[in-house]
Amino acid sequence: MLLKVRNRDDKQRRWMMQNSIGYACFALFFCAAIFLTVSGQSSAQAPTTQNPPASVAPQSANPQTPNAVFSDSPRPRPGLNIVVLDPAHGGTDTGARGTGGIRESEIVLQFALQVRRALEAQGFQVIQTRMANENPSFDDRSAMANAQVGAVFVSLHVSSTGRPGTVRVYVNSDLPPTSGGREASGLIPWDRAQAPFLFLSHKLGDFVQGNLAVRFRGSPGSAQAAAIRQLRTTAAPAIAVEISSVSVNDRLDLDRLVPGVAEAIARGVTDFRPSYVVAGSPGGLR
Amino acid sequence: MVLGGLLGAVIIAGLYFPILKQRVKQTAKLQPQSEEQARRELTQSLTANPTEARVNAKLFWASNAHDGSLTPVTVELPLSNEPVLRAKQVLNTLLAGPADPELRTLPPDAVLLAFYLLPDGTGIADFSEAMASSIPSGIESEQRAVDSITRTLAANVPQITRLKILIHGQEVETLGGHLDLTGSFVVNPRAAQAASSAQPDLLTSSSILLEPPSPGAAIDTREHLPANLREYRQQI
Repeated sequence: MLLKVRNRDDKQRRWMMQNSIGYACFALFFCAAIFLTVSGQSSAQAPTTQNPPASVAPQSANPQTPNAVFSDSPRPRPGLNIVVLDPAHGGTDTGARGTGGIRESEIVLQFALQVRRALEAQGFQVIQTRMANENPSFDDRSAMANAQVGAVFVSLHVSSTGRPGTVRVYVNSDLPPTSGGREASGLIPWDRAQAPFLFLSHKLGDFVQGNLAVRFRGSPGSAQAAAIRQLRTTAAPAIAVEISSVSVNDRLDLDRLVPGVAEAIARGVTDFRPSYVVAGSPGGLR
Repeated sequence: MVLGGLLGAVIIAGLYFPILKQRVKQTAKLQPQSEEQARRELTQSLTANPTEARVNAKLFWASNAHDGSLTPVTVELPLSNEPVLRAKQVLNTLLAGPADPELRTLPPDAVLLAFYLLPDGTGIADFSEAMASSIPSGIESEQRAVDSITRTLAANVPQITRLKILIHGQEVETLGGHLDLTGSFVVNPRAAQAASSAQPDLLTSSSILLEPPSPGAAIDTREHLPANLREYRQQI
């Protein structure tokens, strides 16, 4: 009787041991599987975080503006290399609207493509603030330019008014001076980020306007100043180019202007290039 | 019995129909007066003040050249000597527009709701929503609208040094999508410069500081910009 009981206990113990070994093997296998999965995922992600594509400038990543578009261009040289191109308005904001159904937001997006090609032909890397019918905020657009080093900002517009066939360049009007102390730290107030760049903006604006005046009779000879919201928060030489106007009866009248406008902007930015100097770049400090 | 009742109703309806038609016509003539129209009537009564002496006021409307420039037009108006009332009078005349509607600078349905003058010479003009919603969108048209207001005030109300524009009592970001209305516009440059140098800049306290993206490669404007800008930066 006692032997029978012992045999039964042994069997139970053996059965329990076999089961616990099975559980342990299963647990080990499960842990190993989790480890392999996690390590596999992290190794798959590693190249994108550590090695950005060659076409993206290293300083251009901006987490707040996922719609940034970068052009394929050769390795940047020191100095001015990047043009942030801003087709104004978009989304629910159509901008100026002509009686013939012309919408500023749609036209500037198409114009931007031609301006971009002309700039890339001059060796500039182009970043667009929008590529589709969307409307980033003024600050988001400025942030894309402010994240760059060696960039200028060009905002594209088509007006409701003005003599058709003329093009005007605007720079921000004088901003109230910032109080001392803060600037000594090297920080620029966001709401007046344009203030330190006004002189360079005027210079860039005059170069572009000069090129436009040659091509489009009736356009002013030099850039004009206006309190433009988009330019105020941009920490780079910044201009707005406005073509007249959506009031034309035929859309083709506007389309005909675009190659000349694109060429004038590209030439103007190229002419401005020697005036724009990044500290520490070889030979170029003025 | 029922047929008789129906016949009676038809006869009464036939007799009442011409009276009803006449009443509908009378009602159609009385168009509902909008809130803004009522305001306009109230505010425009300020322009015509027969007790004030008539003086030559200079108002700035668009020029015939249609190139975005403004032309001064002299208009004889009974203007008050009190600056706030005087500002309201000239702005209402500006809003009323020139003889040629093509030369308007401000939307025809815009209304000046209120005008205030702060002790430092800053004028605050509060316009109705139509000022922002009806203005032709564009840098040129918006800039011309603001220029016509500031130049008209500068020519007629010397006490005003700067101008802040509100839309229906609120600060808005832009006038029509381009022109910045978060700040104030200079009306009298010399007086505005004197006032700004005498008072600390209040806006700085709420400023967000922008760090250059890469301190090593950032543009050092203090060292490398031309002398005139360096002087400007030393002043600030």
